[in-house]
Amino acid sequence: MTAVTGNPAVSTLPPRASFGKRARRLIRRHPTAVVGFVLLVAMTIMAILAPWITPDPLRINPIIRLKPPGFTGPLGTAGPFGTDFLGRDLYARVIHGGQISLVVGLSVALVATVVGLTIGLLAGYLRWLDAVVMRIMDGLMSIPGILVAIALVALAGASMTNVIIAITIPEVPRVVRLVRAVILTIREQPYIEAAVVSGVSLPRIMFKHLLPNAVAPLIVQATYVFASAVVFEAILSFLGAGTPPEIPSWGNIMAEGRTYFQIAPWIIFFPGAFLAVTVLAVNVLGDGLRDSLDPRIAKRMR
Amino acid sequence: MYAYIIRRVLSTIPVMAVVAVFVFLLLYLTPGDPAVVIAGDYARPEDIERIREQLGLNKPLYVQFFTWVGNVFTGDLGISIFSNMPVLKLIGQRLEPTLALAICTMIFAVVVAVPMGVLAAWKAHTWVDRVVMIFAVLGFSAPVFVIGYLLMWVFSLNLGWFPVQGYKPIAEGLGPFFASIALPTIALGLVYIALIARMTRASVMEVLTEDYVRTARAKGVNNRTLLMRHALKNASVPIVTIIGVGVALLIGGVVVTESVFNIPGLGRLTIDAVLRRDYPVIQGVILIFSGIYVMVNLLIDLSYSLLDPRIRY
Repeated sequence: MTAVTGNPAVSTLPPRASFGKRARRLIRRHPTAVVGFVLLVAMTIMAILAPWITPDPLRINPIIRLKPPGFTGPLGTAGPFGTDFLGRDLYARVIHGGQISLVVGLSVALVATVVGLTIGLLAGYLRWLDAVVMRIMDGLMSIPGILVAIALVALAGASMTNVIIAITIPEVPRVVRLVRAVILTIREQPYIEAAVVSGVSLPRIMFKHLLPNAVAPLIVQATYVFASAVVFEAILSFLGAGTPPEIPSWGNIMAEGRTYFQIAPWIIFFPGAFLAVTVLAVNVLGDGLRDSLDPRIAKRMR
Repeated sequence: MYAYIIRRVLSTIPVMAVVAVFVFLLLYLTPGDPAVVIAGDYARPEDIERIREQLGLNKPLYVQFFTWVGNVFTGDLGISIFSNMPVLKLIGQRLEPTLALAICTMIFAVVVAVPMGVLAAWKAHTWVDRVVMIFAVLGFSAPVFVIGYLLMWVFSLNLGWFPVQGYKPIAEGLGPFFASIALPTIALGLVYIALIARMTRASVMEVLTEDYVRTARAKGVNNRTLLMRHALKNASVPIVTIIGVGVALLIGGVVVTESVFNIPGLGRLTIDAVLRRDYPVIQGVILIFSGIYVMVNLLIDLSYSLLDPRIRY
């Protein structure tokens, strides 16, 4: 939460409040955002610790295949989430799946933000570039992102890198639009003109004077990109055009569970619940960040 | 006014041009020889050569592009590599379930979401409002396939109210049709409802602070007329805009929903084509979907001046 409290320009908190005091205030003002943040941290810790807190997610044990959560029989016991069609422990698979989702979400949010920021800064500030770039972005936004992503992954081959690239491409135009909109509103400000007149170089204007204005909305946008990337990855894997099938990602687990849904619904429900909770946590955190970083938007959206 | 309409219609040309270039280049954005990529891992050299010949991949890039664009304008989207049928015909066969699902979802979402949003705005900052907003956040975060399986488990497997999967065409009777499409519509509609309800609430709340609303209230207009005629009507532009933006969401959702509920629509066609690397079909479907999105948003832009006569161009 350093992003919320660490920005003196927009923070409404007094600078010298103690950590405990600031935390209490944060919880009172944005309780849902704090809950979202805590959930996300918990999810991350679980994913990182997965190899130590769960059994081997790839170990096949056909004797206890398709057993419900907590099953105990003479030949073996199923874990807290049950087992899948090969008798693999679902708890181990779902917790390991969190790694994939978080890595993909984080990578896409990062790459899309950096690429979108660069293009948006250039387009927003250089008029001659603006028209061309925005037409291309309009075109890209008209193509359903999921279709582009599955087509790219299917043609380029299933791998983590390809999945990340395929999800990033449809997300970039959103970031570009946001950055450009911010730049357009401040481009004519006197301090920018003053910088130009006093001979400040173009890169310096962009990074010292324009960029800081876009940081707050960008952080908010990045959380939404993160959420949508996590869903995209799950959808791609679920449809069979995502991470390689041997990797236990949430989408892959659900895809394998489709055939057995009528007799073993837990195979779909556990990864599904983790997916839904993760996305909810990120979205709620994003809403909270938006409200505290930009009171104007908050007022309009509420 | 007419000048605006013409300008707006013309503005779809560069957008569609970018779409066309992107869809065409999709195959070249991926590493490796396209013919090898399409042929797959177990292809013999003859197969690769045959595909190269069939798709004209041995010609220069620009020749390929203009041949393809020219064919698209005459309604020829190519021939499916897998089934050897014209792509347009394949798309035509699969259009009904997808359109039915998309239209049902849209109607369902608007009918549920707009009253929800208006109610939340009217009862702003009360528990009613809070419930609607919580629902909106939940609906927006819940992945469509998770919701789909949950609905299927509760209403089909446990309660037995609806068929588990599959699709019954309208021609086989309205009853079976609606029974088969009910759960997919609800699953797909949830995100859309969340989106529209949120925007309706924000938009109506803003209008409710206007002076003319206070005037209407002062002269004794009853609540219903106030909300419907004064508030909702003036709040309609952003609501309609978000419905148009949501079409992109709807298209993506259709693909997933069709997979979950085993509906033989365009989404299934796409997935099958992608898994078989049936490139002409992938191109055709993406082009059609993008075209639909551009058209819907064109119509929505043009409808602004009908909805709000203050908007003149």
